[in-house]
Amino acid sequence: MSDQADTSLKTTPLTATHVALGARMVPFAGYSMPVQYADGVLKEHLWTRENAGLFDVSHMGQARLRGVAPLAAFEELVPGDFIGLKPGKQKYSMLLNRQGGIIDDLMAGRPDDDGLFIIVNGACKDNDFRVIDDELAPQVQIERLEDRALIALQGPKAVEALAAHVPAVADMAFMDIRTMPAFGVDAIISRSGYTGEDGFEISIPADAAVRVWTLLLEDERVKPIGLGARDSLRLEAGLPLYGHDLDESVSPVEAGLTFAINKNRREQRDFPGAARITRELAEGPARVRVGLKVLEGAPAREGAEVADEAGQVVGVVTSGGYSPSLKQGIALAFVPPALATPGEKLKVIVRGKPQAAEVVKTPFVPHRYVRKAAR
Amino acid sequence: MRFTKDHEWVSLDGDVATVGITAHAAEQLGDVVFVETPEVGKAVKAGDAFAVVESVKAASDVYAPVSGEVVEANEALAGSPETVNAEPEAGGWFAKIRVSDPAELDALMDKAAYDAFVASL
Repeated sequence: MSDQADTSLKTTPLTATHVALGARMVPFAGYSMPVQYADGVLKEHLWTRENAGLFDVSHMGQARLRGVAPLAAFEELVPGDFIGLKPGKQKYSMLLNRQGGIIDDLMAGRPDDDGLFIIVNGACKDNDFRVIDDELAPQVQIERLEDRALIALQGPKAVEALAAHVPAVADMAFMDIRTMPAFGVDAIISRSGYTGEDGFEISIPADAAVRVWTLLLEDERVKPIGLGARDSLRLEAGLPLYGHDLDESVSPVEAGLTFAINKNRREQRDFPGAARITRELAEGPARVRVGLKVLEGAPAREGAEVADEAGQVVGVVTSGGYSPSLKQGIALAFVPPALATPGEKLKVIVRGKPQAAEVVKTPFVPHRYVRKAAR
Repeated sequence: MRFTKDHEWVSLDGDVATVGITAHAAEQLGDVVFVETPEVGKAVKAGDAFAVVESVKAASDVYAPVSGEVVEANEALAGSPETVNAEPEAGGWFAKIRVSDPAELDALMDKAAYDAFVASL
């Protein structure tokens, strides 16, 4: 692994800053990204759970959807109620294909009067924006925001650390999103994230990124956190990762994401793949995503087979690893619905050896979202 | 102490060799979260994969630097895998092997050669 930025990869506005901080850089979604800094993944993970971790997620795709009734148009692609989305709020949702499978998961919100603000996964953004454009143009236009950076500040001390510079964020509740002046620039700030902790995602012009990043790091409560810890944090939070736990074959019902299929949309059945999704909601899907705790041996990772107590292979791990908070292996896996009850005893096969595992409810580590603002 | 190109170290005392991974390997791996030590009594040949070291991100094989019989495994690593990061060339040892052919160590790198090898990577 090289600690220099690989010049054939894309860079974010913060790439040189990460290298200067001693980050180990790796390719991710076509970008050179920090997987860890000097402290290492375990310390960075635990710091975020106890203090405030700062993440560069500028590789993700940011865009605006504008034009004739963009919220109604967006509903043609997703199963959420966006017509009913209030100003100042965002929703988690997913682009669906005709078979009810997930093209990508995303956040979409109304931070201001300028249409819908959308954030998608870095590895999928080219395809996502093409799908949206193919389906909705010309009445509704997608504009990619290539000149913006995205920084996440996550952890119990995130609100104090950010409010020291942007007092208004203390008034925000989980899933609020607002355009506001911050750090002397036009920022779009949401109270949300990918760690299960309280925290904020901050979209700023690219040319302000180094200054804002450096300013936030001056606070002794804040440390830079790499993608290694980002992955272990989201896994503990039971949050799926596209390309691993979700792909075009996986429906929101199989993935345990039915909360994103709002009641009115279920009744209307007016989204791609509605026939399959309606049937799965009524009869149950063929497979269900569960959380597994690995009770002995090594962590079970993506691709590990899941077997029943008799040793019969019944499913597969879609993502898994070591949990620094629980000090054991945890995993997300697909199993048949009959074996999906918390407490069910199963086995994971790791390097050819069956190891005891148990179905548990996710999240593995409780979420600490601030659903009502302090003031 | 002698070193392999796969970043294992071996230290001979009489006819028993203590084996572990080097500080360079531990630093490259990152935080170690799980270690699979070999079974006592297991016969190994130089170059056999005989243990596993697992970091947060992935598992890696550890290769026996010398041939012989495993006579002891470091049980402490089960409860404290982080010892591999803290003391890779001391308390983080993996196993002890009763060597069948001490001359095998002569073919391995000494510290100066290993340091030069690492610098060339």
